[in-house]
Amino acid sequence: MSEALKTTPAEAVSAKVLAITSGKGGVGKTFVAANLAAALTRRGQRVLVLDADLGLANLDVVLNLHPKVTLHDVFTGKATVDEAIVKAPGGFSVLLAGSGMVEYSRLTPEVRDEFVRVLRSLLPRFDVVLLDTGAGISDVVLFAVSLAGEVLLVATPEPTSLTDAYAAIKVLSMQQKRRQVRMIINQTVRPGDGRAITGQLQQVLDRFVSTDTGRPVRLIHLGDIPADPSVRDAVMRRQLLSINNPNSPAALAIAQLANKIDETVLIKA
Amino acid sequence: MSPSQAPAPIDLSSLRLDTALALLAQDEDLPLPAPESPTGYLQHLIDGLCELSLKDPLTGLANRRQFRAVLEREVDRVTRTGESALLLMLDIDRFKLVNDSHGHPAGDIVLQSVANTLANCVRPMDTLARYGGEEFAVVLPGCQAAFGRAVAERIRSIVESTPITIAPGVAINVTVSIGGSFTLPWVRSPISLWIERADHQLYRAKSEGRNRVCLDFPPDSTVSAEEKGLLFYDVQDQDDIGTSTDQSDPADSANRK
Repeated sequence: MSEALKTTPAEAVSAKVLAITSGKGGVGKTFVAANLAAALTRRGQRVLVLDADLGLANLDVVLNLHPKVTLHDVFTGKATVDEAIVKAPGGFSVLLAGSGMVEYSRLTPEVRDEFVRVLRSLLPRFDVVLLDTGAGISDVVLFAVSLAGEVLLVATPEPTSLTDAYAAIKVLSMQQKRRQVRMIINQTVRPGDGRAITGQLQQVLDRFVSTDTGRPVRLIHLGDIPADPSVRDAVMRRQLLSINNPNSPAALAIAQLANKIDETVLIKA
Repeated sequence: MSPSQAPAPIDLSSLRLDTALALLAQDEDLPLPAPESPTGYLQHLIDGLCELSLKDPLTGLANRRQFRAVLEREVDRVTRTGESALLLMLDIDRFKLVNDSHGHPAGDIVLQSVANTLANCVRPMDTLARYGGEEFAVVLPGCQAAFGRAVAERIRSIVESTPITIAPGVAINVTVSIGGSFTLPWVRSPISLWIERADHQLYRAKSEGRNRVCLDFPPDSTVSAEEKGLLFYDVQDQDDIGTSTDQSDPADSANRK
């Protein structure tokens, strides 16, 4: 867990914070965040998804939400956090940053402090917080990722997406001293593609990226989501895949991902 | 849409300009406006006042106001061009000792001398500013990460080796601690964060013993052709031969290390 979010013994029972990020935009980050949140909720976890792209995430679009109150109103003192939290169709909670946040000069130290304060206050009330971050290595992304105990990196098999994923992992390991990153490969064509891609990335990292500790960042292959026309259909209808087409290959893959996260990441000590 | 109306002529004698003229007269670098036409005269006066409002009176360097404007412009530029820019924050080591043992006029001479030395160390396109007290800032546009340390180190060593005459027959040497940070190219990041990162490095330089340079490098997100070649080699290879999925798994072996 990052320094900023260290909990005191009194708040010991608190949510695990997972950042969902990617090297390149448009690889399905927000889709994964929303549908993973729904799958984790079905497994009995109390889930919050937070727009950590400060108003640029498309969570509201993917989930067809129209909140009147957002994080922006919380930051400006116009509303409380509870007023800004909305329930998504999948039964999980969502906190949107609001488009007003974009007009802020982005990540000022004040916005950063406020963001940490709000996140901290929410930790005891959830089992898992998913941070839907932006793509790439902007200071907003790096800040959001720095708050997370675990990083889930979404990539697709295209060379451009892999190059950007590799660059992002490099920065995370060298600048943020990340020891491990969990990989989700979206839109795979054949079973085993994702695992091969993760292995390939690991080999190049081992060879080119050295860290202070001498040990390169370790990639953990979390799972694949197969290319599946039902995903496009759900996105166009602005519905969760588990509601729109619960037995589609992609929906089953996401349920499996949730399973794995539940068993390996969220496991209570 | 109405035909342009001639503005009412300015009667200079009805304007209270004494304070403004006195301010300009204090600064020997600024020429006093010549009374040609009233418009030309006022333009001169306004230009002079603008110049004054951007300068630090003691050292003649940019003041904090201009420094911030230059940084904002630089962020605009790197966001658009992807070039890299370096911000250095410098602090004179143990400056309080100079003031305490030689007096404040000597302190002022030291500040002016360091400002002069800095001016001789940088390119005309760079901006030098007095950030406050004994702290200076240098903005270096188009400065590549590879050259940053050399520039900062040159400034540090020249300041260290330049004696400052604070009184007839009395010369002292001072040193500076330097902290620096690069912009993130292509990224619009607020200048407060840029300053904060440089300040953090300055703090490091101070706490590691002063008279040294600490730099924070931008995250290296470049991917070389060699890295790219290796990234795609196997993936393409598998596409070509259409391998089955039950072959040995590189991720497993990598993760078991």
